Amino acid sequence: MTTRAHARPLAMRRTGAVLLGVIAVVALLAPWIAPNPPDRRFPNLLYAPPTPVHAFDAHGVAPHAHALRIVSRIERSFEEEPASRGPMLLLGADAYGRDIFSRLLYGARTTLGLAVCATLAATLLGALVGGIAGYASGWLDAVLARLSEFVLVLPAIYVALALRAVMPLVLAASTVFTLLLAIFALLGWPMVARGVRAIVASEREREYVIAARAAGASASRVLLRHLLPAAAGYLRTQATLLLPAFILAEATLSYIGLGFPDTTPTWGTMLQEAANVALLGDAPWTLAPAAAIFFVVLSVNLFVQGTGRPPIQLER
Amino acid sequence: MVPFLIRRAIFAIVLLVCTSSTALFLTRLAPGDVTSQLGPTASRDEIDSTRARFDLNRNPLAQWMLWSGRAVRLDFGDSFLYNQPVGPLVVRAAGNTAVLALVALAIASVAGIALGIVSGSRQGRSVAAAVGGVSLVGVSMPPLLTSLLLVFVAARTGWLPPGGMSSANASDMGWAAWMLDVAWHLPLPALALAVPIAAMFERLQSQSMSEAVQQPFVVAAIARGVSTRDVILRHAWPVSLRPLCAVYGLVIGALLSGSFIVEYVTAWPGIGRLMYEALRARDIYLVAACAAMGAVFLAIGTLTGDLLLAASDPRVREGDA
Repeated sequence: MTTRAHARPLAMRRTGAVLLGVIAVVALLAPWIAPNPPDRRFPNLLYAPPTPVHAFDAHGVAPHAHALRIVSRIERSFEEEPASRGPMLLLGADAYGRDIFSRLLYGARTTLGLAVCATLAATLLGALVGGIAGYASGWLDAVLARLSEFVLVLPAIYVALALRAVMPLVLAASTVFTLLLAIFALLGWPMVARGVRAIVASEREREYVIAARAAGASASRVLLRHLLPAAAGYLRTQATLLLPAFILAEATLSYIGLGFPDTTPTWGTMLQEAANVALLGDAPWTLAPAAAIFFVVLSVNLFVQGTGRPPIQLER
Repeated sequence: MVPFLIRRAIFAIVLLVCTSSTALFLTRLAPGDVTSQLGPTASRDEIDSTRARFDLNRNPLAQWMLWSGRAVRLDFGDSFLYNQPVGPLVVRAAGNTAVLALVALAIASVAGIALGIVSGSRQGRSVAAAVGGVSLVGVSMPPLLTSLLLVFVAARTGWLPPGGMSSANASDMGWAAWMLDVAWHLPLPALALAVPIAAMFERLQSQSMSEAVQQPFVVAAIARGVSTRDVILRHAWPVSLRPLCAVYGLVIGALLSGSFIVEYVTAWPGIGRLMYEALRARDIYLVAACAAMGAVFLAIGTLTGDLLLAASDPRVREGDA
């Protein structure tokens, strides 16, 4: 009984970590794994279903797919032609006949890359601001505390929406990346800063800090080398909360057309394919990016719950 | 309690003024303005008169002064998109959002708390593991995913209408028929919004319940022969409610954020959709009014949360909340 109760969180944490590792490796290796270039259009395969993969041919092991032939353009029904080979579409094709699986892999790089960068930026900014506020105390502390409370109370997605919407609607992908990174970092830091401030404010009275100061360490050295390490565990916790929130924020903004340009594959822009209700029922594979988001968030939550906390993320 | 309420009221007013003014300035300073909605064929005169109508020919500060001067007299300006005063527009949209959010909150509370009591009081049993697993999936399904999934299910099966708040012929319906029609459109978006929140409530309730049943007073109640059911529902549950009440104030933020994307996906005509349209069209006074309405929602939400917390915990009530 006790062993099971202890074993389960550990197993959950490991499962979460392994899943996240696999996702990261797959995203990094996208150009080598993807069966098709992400922008390649197959004009005769609009909304084509996933193709069955055949592992062997006459010469041995050689994964391949048979060509698909349109039976009816109106009903979008296809049939396999065993005689000829065609593009391998593991998750079907989208409205332009592009391979959803390949786009999903390339999209992971943008979506997850942005989320990871934004998490790092928000955590660093929050640690710095919270550390300074907790160490300085006095009026600076009070001003920073009010500021972070104000940002915390606003529903983040509306602020992100407003900040993004007031920029020019059409921007290059790299500009969008930087812009969203800045917006996410600005919205994420107060969550981190509040806790770091409390930790630093209580730690600064401890003997080791007084000793460090007595030994002549400067304020910045005490803060960076002695106080912030005390908040390391807290920072990790906050990072696991921010990461899924940022993945979702990118998906939401791109889905509503205020994120990356439509041509850039990200999980959010790909979800736009699912916006057409009439087509969604016939082409459920356009929901693949939603499943991908779910798996990443689930992996993070498995990892988090394995550490003994309920995975509470008020997506704000 | 009274000084606390006064402080809350001041906070609400500051929030209201700040968000709506910021929204106004942001929209004003953004590239492009509402005249781009007139299309490329608009004449010089048309553009000039539209700019004058929305005070865009003044500098931003003068515009803000004009707008805030009128706003204190409850005149919030006109919408370009809808060609009518923004007040009634925003109030109607806010009502739709409130209906959606309250129904979702009710579903989430009932389902989440009930399941949390079950799984929290039966730790180590398979039912607790099953409920825990389901809600782990639930917390990993934010409203964007639940709404897309439910729309897909609705499109595939036809069990529920996949979007909108009323049918196309709603204007011909009588009052009662219209209400029924709306009630028929409501479950899908409400469920999409409720699922992640229900899962979060379940996790919180489960954890606090599993802690509560280990308290000495619960053991004492069992020793005195109180039935298991009564011990859990009448002794342990009220004590375990505190963490839940503490997040209720924050849930309003989650509801507002979540309802934005749910409204977008399921075409529910709420405040989130309205704000999105207004932002894209640079419909400046509509943006400001939507932001103000959002602030009102937030103020009501945090106040409700604080009152609930005070009701559930005497320590908060007595001390300085």
